[in-house]
Amino acid sequence: MLGLWRKIRRTGRIAEPAPPAPGDRVEAAAGLGGSVQIRHVDAGSCNGCEVEIGSAFGPVHDAERYGARLVASPRHADALLVTGVVTRNMAEPLRRTFEAVPAPKLVVAVGDCARDCGVFAGAYGVVGPVSDVVPVDLEIAGCPPRPEAIVEGLRKLTGR
Amino acid sequence: MTLLGLIGGVIQPVLIVGGAPLLVGVLRQVRARLEGRVGPGVLQPWRDLRKLVGKEAITPRGTSELFRVAPLVLVATTLVVAVVAPFVTTASAADPVADLFAVVALLALGTAVLALAAIDTGTAFGGMGASREMTILALVEPTLLVAIFALSVPVGSTSLAAIVSSTLNDPARVVSPVSLLAAVALVVVIVAETGRLPVDNPATHLELTMVHEAMTLEYAGPDLALVELASAMRLTVFLGLFANLFAPWGIATSAAPLALLVGVLALVVKIAVLGALLAAAEVFLAKLRLFRVPELLAGSFLLSLLAVSASFFLA
Repeated sequence: MLGLWRKIRRTGRIAEPAPPAPGDRVEAAAGLGGSVQIRHVDAGSCNGCEVEIGSAFGPVHDAERYGARLVASPRHADALLVTGVVTRNMAEPLRRTFEAVPAPKLVVAVGDCARDCGVFAGAYGVVGPVSDVVPVDLEIAGCPPRPEAIVEGLRKLTGR
Repeated sequence: MTLLGLIGGVIQPVLIVGGAPLLVGVLRQVRARLEGRVGPGVLQPWRDLRKLVGKEAITPRGTSELFRVAPLVLVATTLVVAVVAPFVTTASAADPVADLFAVVALLALGTAVLALAAIDTGTAFGGMGASREMTILALVEPTLLVAIFALSVPVGSTSLAAIVSSTLNDPARVVSPVSLLAAVALVVVIVAETGRLPVDNPATHLELTMVHEAMTLEYAGPDLALVELASAMRLTVFLGLFANLFAPWGIATSAAPLALLVGVLALVVKIAVLGALLAAAEVFLAKLRLFRVPELLAGSFLLSLLAVSASFFLA
């Protein structure tokens, strides 16, 4: 326990200084007032985006400082963070998750697969990109997107 | 009902409702700083609540009135405790309700109603959370009652206001074995009742490890705001009771404006310090395996039992 305390003292703040806030914020998120609860949905991802999302909420990038927070239930959420192409098995669960979110609700498509199917375009198990199943408000490009890009996208929602 | 009690009955609920989300903000901020993060700021819980109130209210298909009433009951019971228990003033707005048994029963009623509402949703996680919460509640309530009872024996009254006043007149009582044993038992009780580490992790996303969170998974919008406000208020109320049972200094004994100001400031400082300590301790703790929790709670019950025995034998 003393060792942990010494490590905390020695390490100090790991979080990198906040980059300037992105100017263009998503209009539909204006009513949320700097607090966006996020439910992550993996619609058929290779888990590359998940690693980067985990990193965006880790101590270095600390997306939580801008008012975004991951939650455990779509009922608590304001935004869905959808990763991966939408596979046949996940199309209906994704639709139901979207319906379970109380209005006003937003959908963020994270990664190239979620935007336009990426390398999986035309594969037999794929229904299509996220926008074919639920309305998408914001897209974050990259395969996988860098944590900085994810944080920047989330800041367009929180406006902080 | 005295003037002091009436003033306390107005100031205390305002202070606790306004301050409870800030306390949660302080806890998260302390934790974030110790983890090397920046943290969202102490006002974040208030931003969350403001947003939730404006969101769509959803009642899941198949739920009954119980599901809709539970958040109100939860807030109402905690609010009654905030009005009557001695936080800012030693006098109570409704003295018979400021009784040890009444306060503990009110807090338990809120938990039980929320557990019923969780079962009402008919989801797997709701039922699981409810069953876990009831297991913990059944083990915690006796400890809570017996520990505060140990403090009430030397006073000869189960009124919380009387216990606090008598500690104020006889400060040496705080360092007696009775008081120390009861304090350790109460710390474990507060940690278990408010769903903090190592009994429950309030920041978890893993449904299988949830206790309190699992019960609230189906709440959305304004109902969720009430549930979150209530659980923040419960934490504040428990920390405030703990602070005033063992360190009542600063609490207002007269209705003079200066005494009331000191009472308010003392309460805010005591709760903030206790909250920061709780958050700092959590950084060093991992969650206990669910089947180990009863051992921890049995240990705290033993301490409270020793406290009661000591209060009879050492008196």
